[in-house]
Amino acid sequence: MSKKLRTRKHKVVLNRSAGGDAGISVMLIILGAFMFLPMIYVIMQSLKPLDELWMFPPRFFVRRPTFKNYRDLFMLMNTSWVPFSRYIFNTVFTSITGTVGNLFFSSLAAYAMAKIKFPGGKTMFKTVRTSLMFHSTVTAVTSFIIMSALNWIDTYWAIIVPAWATSLGLYLMKQFMETNVSDAVLESSRLDGASELRTFWVIAMPMVKPAWLTLIIYSFQDLWNKGASIYIHSEQLKSFNYAIGQIMAGGIKRAGAHAASLVIMMLVPILVFVISQSNIIETMGSSGMKD
Amino acid sequence: MSTKKAVIRSDMTRAQWTWKEMKKNWVAYVMVFPYMFLFTLFTVVPVLLSIVISFTDFNLLELPNFVFLDNYIRLFLDDDIFIIACKNTLIFAVIVGPTSYLMSLLVAWFINELPPKIRAVVTLIFYAPSISGQVYLIWGTLFSGDSYGWVNGILLDFGIISTEIQWFQDADYVMPLCIVVALWTSLGTSFLSFIAGLQGIDRSMYEAGAVDGIRNRWQELWYITLPSMKPQLMFGAVMAITSAFGFGGVVTALCGFPSVDYAAHTIMHHLDDYGGQRFEVGYSSAIAVVLFAVMIGANMLVKKVISKVGQ
Repeated sequence: MSKKLRTRKHKVVLNRSAGGDAGISVMLIILGAFMFLPMIYVIMQSLKPLDELWMFPPRFFVRRPTFKNYRDLFMLMNTSWVPFSRYIFNTVFTSITGTVGNLFFSSLAAYAMAKIKFPGGKTMFKTVRTSLMFHSTVTAVTSFIIMSALNWIDTYWAIIVPAWATSLGLYLMKQFMETNVSDAVLESSRLDGASELRTFWVIAMPMVKPAWLTLIIYSFQDLWNKGASIYIHSEQLKSFNYAIGQIMAGGIKRAGAHAASLVIMMLVPILVFVISQSNIIETMGSSGMKD
Repeated sequence: MSTKKAVIRSDMTRAQWTWKEMKKNWVAYVMVFPYMFLFTLFTVVPVLLSIVISFTDFNLLELPNFVFLDNYIRLFLDDDIFIIACKNTLIFAVIVGPTSYLMSLLVAWFINELPPKIRAVVTLIFYAPSISGQVYLIWGTLFSGDSYGWVNGILLDFGIISTEIQWFQDADYVMPLCIVVALWTSLGTSFLSFIAGLQGIDRSMYEAGAVDGIRNRWQELWYITLPSMKPQLMFGAVMAITSAFGFGGVVTALCGFPSVDYAAHTIMHHLDDYGGQRFEVGYSSAIAVVLFAVMIGANMLVKKVISKVGQ
């Protein structure tokens, strides 16, 4: 075993020149700096006292870090016309209900498309796959017409219900089920007399945990980051992200509070990703398109 | 006909067979129904409705009249701003789509041989901007038009410029800056898919390749790595193209709407202008149909190209 490992390592080294390693490292550092520095800058800005925010020449790093901007942000939240807790509730409520529905309906359909052969199944999946090729803003105007026909303008439904049937959710779930749930296991469950629904729930779902975690994260991020929606007019129903955007409109005095709000908004998706990264990567392993 | 004979496919017409299969698998239809119903209502119907409405002069208030191709004729022959929008969208998509795609692929490839813990950290650094909501607004602060903006401050301090540059209000800079911000947020789903694809490649293939005379990592990439992850390359391309075309919101947030001299005006903005603000639904549907066709077309084309990788 150890001998095998050694030869393996030896061969890999054969294809790796020191110059290439150095070149790749340099490129990685340059690209990494491009990606990472703006993120650091947001955090720096959020910790700067007012005189450092407005000094010339501007400095990248903070010298006297303070949490005053965060305190200001919470003060601003308390003085808003609609209580800030309401915006937070709106975002949390739509994010959770949208995500739960998406998980349930998408995996139910994905299981049928991946594991049951039935007339029309392939066509349905191909249609969903094709819809990955265009951005949903293309249909914004006609979606608006449909929402008004349903009388859903200015209700939570307009945000939540479309989130229950996302193309990417079904696509990833179906691909993952196809490669990671063995037909033999399902067949033995069916032979034991379990119904298709029971087989789905008890046998298949526990086997695709990485996929449903991924679906949860995608759906949640999407809903969490939703800003002003064309379907929502009432201030009471608007999202946290929208309210945060309003703080920026407050001008010079609020530059620090705005940076603080950006940090708070980005913390949640980043934390969620850190916790679940390995599951997402595992799911993506089966994300490929064959044709 | 004998009664004992087993039912086989050739005994029935195609329709009969299908009907029998449908009855046998009725539970599958129950399972896909909720999803497919919602998907049809909120994705398929809007597309079809756009196509139908694009042939009318619908404006939300009056009953629509059928105007045949008038909207399309007006769009291509009589709307200068639409032509600007087309040009910008193409420039944007042609630069951002492939660059973000290559960037995702190269970074995923660079970090593939790092130890797992370090790889996880580097993955987060590259992926974070695409999931962090409105954090791209920090580019507005970095490139702010006054001397307190970091870039202006540095340039003034070193004496490279003598007055502040209004970065996001200057027609010369708007487009390149938006492209940079777009690239910054573009290492998303395709990036993760590439990382997973690279991880899934059997290492013994590299060993076999080394024996077969592959001499450097570029040959290895072209002859072994890329062909083995073709399905991920395909999926990543679709994700990259779709988001490159759908980038309008960030431009609006950074440059305002409309952007100065329409310098960063994309088809997406034009659609929003006529659909969301002027309520010329018929006309905006024609814009939507054009954009839809361009997106699907670009995807089809790129998928053709990728299927040639490693051949």
